[in-house]
Amino acid sequence: MFLDTHNPLTDDPIQIMDQDGKLNEALRPKELTDEKVKEMYEKMVFIRLADDRMKKMQRSGRMGTFASIEGQEAAQMGSVSTLEKTDWVVPAFREQLAMWMHGVPLESIMLFWKGNEAGGKIPEGVNVLPVSIPVGSQMLHAVGLSWASKLQGKNEVALTYFGDGATSEGDFHEGMNFAGVFKTATVFLCQNNQFAISVPRRIQTASKTLAQKAIAYGFPGVIVDGNDLFAMYAVTKEAVERARRGDGPTLIEAYTYRLGDHTSSDDATKYREKAEVEAWKPKDPFRRLQLYLATKNLWSEQIEADLKAKLQPQVDEVVAKVDATPDQTIDELFGYTYANLTQNLANQKAYMKHVTELQAAQKGGANA
Amino acid sequence: MVQAINLALKQEMAKDKTVLCYGEDVGVEGGVFRVTEGLQKLYGDQRCFDSPLAEAGIIGTAIGLSINGMKPVVEMQFSGFMFESFPQLMCHAARMRNRSRGRFSCPLVLRTPYGGGIHALEHHCESEEAILAHIPGLKVVIPSTPFDAKGLLIAAIRDPDPVIFMEPKRVYRAFKQEVPEEEYFIPIGKAGIVQSGSDVTVIAWGAQVRECMKTSDEAKKLGISMEIVDLRTISPIDYPTIFNSVSKTGRVVIVHEAYRSFGPGAELSATINEEFFGKLKAPIQRVTGFDIVYPLLRSEDLVQPEPVRILEAIRKVVGK
Repeated sequence: MFLDTHNPLTDDPIQIMDQDGKLNEALRPKELTDEKVKEMYEKMVFIRLADDRMKKMQRSGRMGTFASIEGQEAAQMGSVSTLEKTDWVVPAFREQLAMWMHGVPLESIMLFWKGNEAGGKIPEGVNVLPVSIPVGSQMLHAVGLSWASKLQGKNEVALTYFGDGATSEGDFHEGMNFAGVFKTATVFLCQNNQFAISVPRRIQTASKTLAQKAIAYGFPGVIVDGNDLFAMYAVTKEAVERARRGDGPTLIEAYTYRLGDHTSSDDATKYREKAEVEAWKPKDPFRRLQLYLATKNLWSEQIEADLKAKLQPQVDEVVAKVDATPDQTIDELFGYTYANLTQNLANQKAYMKHVTELQAAQKGGANA
Repeated sequence: MVQAINLALKQEMAKDKTVLCYGEDVGVEGGVFRVTEGLQKLYGDQRCFDSPLAEAGIIGTAIGLSINGMKPVVEMQFSGFMFESFPQLMCHAARMRNRSRGRFSCPLVLRTPYGGGIHALEHHCESEEAILAHIPGLKVVIPSTPFDAKGLLIAAIRDPDPVIFMEPKRVYRAFKQEVPEEEYFIPIGKAGIVQSGSDVTVIAWGAQVRECMKTSDEAKKLGISMEIVDLRTISPIDYPTIFNSVSKTGRVVIVHEAYRSFGPGAELSATINEEFFGKLKAPIQRVTGFDIVYPLLRSEDLVQPEPVRILEAIRKVVGK
């Protein structure tokens, strides 16, 4: 519906719900009942609360550097909700919501950013790859995953996330090219949040849109209002169905905005105007859903306050578990370089244990 | 060696339906060195095929394929072009097991012709094993004979971790050796003693094993008995075999084509010294490539180790 009619060179981003929360009912995906939308909204709030908590923890030294999702919740919620459990999510590093929705515990996500490798262990049966930090490198993995699925007749789709900066990387082009040639069931989801750290979108490419790059690789590219939950869901669903039918990949440009800093180590006020950020605030995905849900009597200040009061303890509970999780043991640090410990690593592991004993003994001596 | 590798691929593809062979020109043409010849005819274009000309794409997709149940055995047409794929190898293939705490792994094989001696072009002669062996999570294997090539490749294909299988192109068609039809494998991480001796341990791999063998007769004339260790695996290194040999001879010469500084010889020498300092009868000698960009074909013989250089180093450590 959208994929065969949209022209990424000339058309505006696909929108179903406007900035004021007004819905184009004709385009509304039938699965997105008001109840369902309310549930999705609540999950977005949960992840925003977790995100806020992680920022506070980072400032007090209890969390490492991490990339906040602020502003991109609808882009992730709308897209990831279209997947089957057996499909794959291949994230970059700002996809807390997509990863969590597809089965990665929030605890794992927090542990990883806290600096504990235990957080990278994706539970069995959850088809999500761990966070991929080198920008643009993970799309090829999604192509490989969906290609393997095709070769084995498994009918899994791989949905991979990346940002506007990633579209400048060579691996993005190789990934798009392989997916086009081998017609893999890959959905490329570019969250164009307008900035790669401090570098604005216009410096990444002279192309008018990012979505138009798909044309060169022989498959559809569409621009979607990334802060519109309904449009994100509808378009991704069509791309996922297309992929599952064996018709090949799609590139979706989710046009959104990074409301926060790049990471907790960044200060975006140094490189962007306050006015620009302010202009995006009315387009905030939460505000729009609130306006919509309010018309259905499913949202009010009071409902919001009650919701947060209910969700905050759940976040606190996860944080308590994270704080109580021990760091990796020396055995664990050496345990996953290869399937089996090599003699060389066995020797180095013994040495690391020896060093920690020596350090402990010296510390004990100093205290005594 | 070409036929031996081809046989190993054929047999593994017959045995295991998840084994895939792809890369540049490997399908219809059967590879520029004909290593994958006939595979597409035998197993179809879903299992042996040409890929777009994109090295990062080849390795990046192999990562996804291997995580999701396939066994990609991909070819880098020449090791000199492998650098385009380096971020994928180093940042992902080598780390996926560790990053996911064992949930995911990348049991892929990257086959690539490497090394000099066939008067090829720029970027077609270098020896990159040290660069690869420096990366935790990768295994690096180099056969020196057709027999070893078959056995090591089968082991590599069945290995649970990513294996870089470097094929000394100079040995591809240099000599003939009977290779058994039946299946066998040579374990990764085990060196071989290709010639027993008592005066000096000479460690080499790939095409340099033959250069050492060629040196042996000259050495014998001087009354020097060489023990030649074919390392076979550059990572992880089989130190027990090396230490065994060194404890017998007390003298070591290391021979490799790779650049000298920070080369595998430096690592070997350091580790042997840590174990044997004081017991060695002479300082360890290295016969290696030079720290200059690998010369074009008119001058490449100058940088290749060969019997004259190897013998000089041996005489130096033996004192004859």
